[in-house]
Amino acid sequence: MNWKAFFAMLARDAHVARRNFVALLFQTFLQPLMFVFIFGRVMVGSGYMPPSYKSLLLPGIMAICMVGTGIWAVAMPLIAEFQFTREIEDRLLAPMEISWLAIEKVVAGTLQALAAGFMVIPAAWLLLRPGVNLNVPHPLLFTLVAVLVALFSATGGLALGCSMQQTHIGLMFSLIVAPMIFFGCTYYPWSALEKFPVLQKAVLVNPLVYASEGLRATMIPQFPHLPSYAVLAGLVFFNALLLAVGLRNFHGKSVT
Amino acid sequence: MLAGIRTSDLRKTYNSPPPVAAGTGGFSFGAPKGKGKQPKPEVVALDGISLEVSPGEIFCLLGPNGAGKSTTVGVLTTRVRPTSGQAFIGEHDVWKEQVAVKRLIGVVAQRPNLDFSLTAREILVFHGAYFGLTSHERSKRAEALLDRFKLTDRADQMVRGFSGGMMQRLSIARAMMHDPQVLFLDEPSTGLDPQTRLLLWEIVREYNQSGKTILLTTHNMEEADALCKRLAIIDHGHVIALGTPRELKASVPGGFLLRLRFGQHSPDLLDRLKALSGVREVRASDGDGTDLYADRGGSLVADVASLASAAGVELCDVHISEPSLENLFLHHTGRSLRE
Repeated sequence: MNWKAFFAMLARDAHVARRNFVALLFQTFLQPLMFVFIFGRVMVGSGYMPPSYKSLLLPGIMAICMVGTGIWAVAMPLIAEFQFTREIEDRLLAPMEISWLAIEKVVAGTLQALAAGFMVIPAAWLLLRPGVNLNVPHPLLFTLVAVLVALFSATGGLALGCSMQQTHIGLMFSLIVAPMIFFGCTYYPWSALEKFPVLQKAVLVNPLVYASEGLRATMIPQFPHLPSYAVLAGLVFFNALLLAVGLRNFHGKSVT
Repeated sequence: MLAGIRTSDLRKTYNSPPPVAAGTGGFSFGAPKGKGKQPKPEVVALDGISLEVSPGEIFCLLGPNGAGKSTTVGVLTTRVRPTSGQAFIGEHDVWKEQVAVKRLIGVVAQRPNLDFSLTAREILVFHGAYFGLTSHERSKRAEALLDRFKLTDRADQMVRGFSGGMMQRLSIARAMMHDPQVLFLDEPSTGLDPQTRLLLWEIVREYNQSGKTILLTTHNMEEADALCKRLAIIDHGHVIALGTPRELKASVPGGFLLRLRFGQHSPDLLDRLKALSGVREVRASDGDGTDLYADRGGSLVADVASLASAAGVELCDVHISEPSLENLFLHHTGRSLRE
């Protein structure tokens, strides 16, 4: 394994992210924080939502930010670079197995998703306070879940980025990302679907459910949530599946 | 270490459209599936290409669009999986030892594929980093190449705003950044103005003088003639002629080609044309056209005109070509390189 090439590519991605930092900030945080303000501040302040919703909302918002960042950071460049600009060809010709380039993309996406996740907590907390009761009894478990969620966002980005045509980016967001967020237990806990038993089972195929429930379980365990073992199993399963699909499609795109 | 190129009986059949041209099929997590029972269309891109390029040689693949030039380069640069056959760079099997091969080669693709998120200098510096050059080496080489390719004044600008010619120059500079033993240039002078083309030729010759092997593809005969020690003319995935430009041009009967068009087809006239002094070969081409290979050009026209007049056939058009690779291609395929 050529680690020099691997780290040079990571350095390239970090350099590009630094250059686009302000745009990335707006892209990542503006919409979720507006949601936090309206639902957590305005709706709760005006009495349409219970005060406890503030705490319930924060892990879901963190999940949305992380998943959005990871998918955007990995999928969008891949879609453009494989099809229109072909920019990736230079890195495909670097002296390294091409699977490692896909893995480098996943690592870069994971790091960006983690950064987004840990930055949105204080930002949302500032917007929501007072009344947010974060409670992290197991920091290690929380970190593990956060890493798995970030990894899911990046492997999801890899699988999507290597499966989509450039002309279908809009469709990707409206057909895949938006339903995933709305049926991903981000704005409500999974237990809130008890009155919709079919839907409650159906959403279990959505990996974002495990991400939001996992963050809920480790940040606000006082609220109902999926058990930790189910969260970990779900995230590990979907990460492995998406990575395998992503790597296979990456090879398919790289070599004709 | 000097490295040459060798391919033996290389074949490539595409049974699905290449990714870029792959229609509007949307997304799919599975392999592309055929619709109904219709067989998948098969496109034979390479049909048994065997080549041997010596270390330190400038070798050219000449052929029209779609002949298989870029697919050959794709196979040799690890980007296209051959259906059968073998390809070697130096002693390394291209398909089995991809990383070792990638260390030896530099590639300039037919379409610009520069990293649009970086400046010109960063493109070179990061490329050097992928190949393990030290920070000092990277900066030094990048500076020298930017200067050589006359890009120093735009070195710290994003390449998005570069003209096509500048992008092409930077692509070539990037391919040379890690000092590869074998340089692939896929139609390198497309879109270059004549002055830049001459600069490119000069740089290619200079790079070759340091012992490097260069394989370039072109459909420009002048370029092949000016640069290459040897060349292969390929069409429909076959090598149809191989040799030095001089040998190949000499292999055309007579060297000169007169493309004639008569008012009507007359087999008797063709027989009389064959008997003219200096005429080596006469071929009827499409419709009322006739290709006449001879060892002289303009001086034959009067004889041809009188024979046509005697046979009662109108001579509508005459085109004279001096000995060239174009004539060779026409002689082998009956088609012009430009068609």
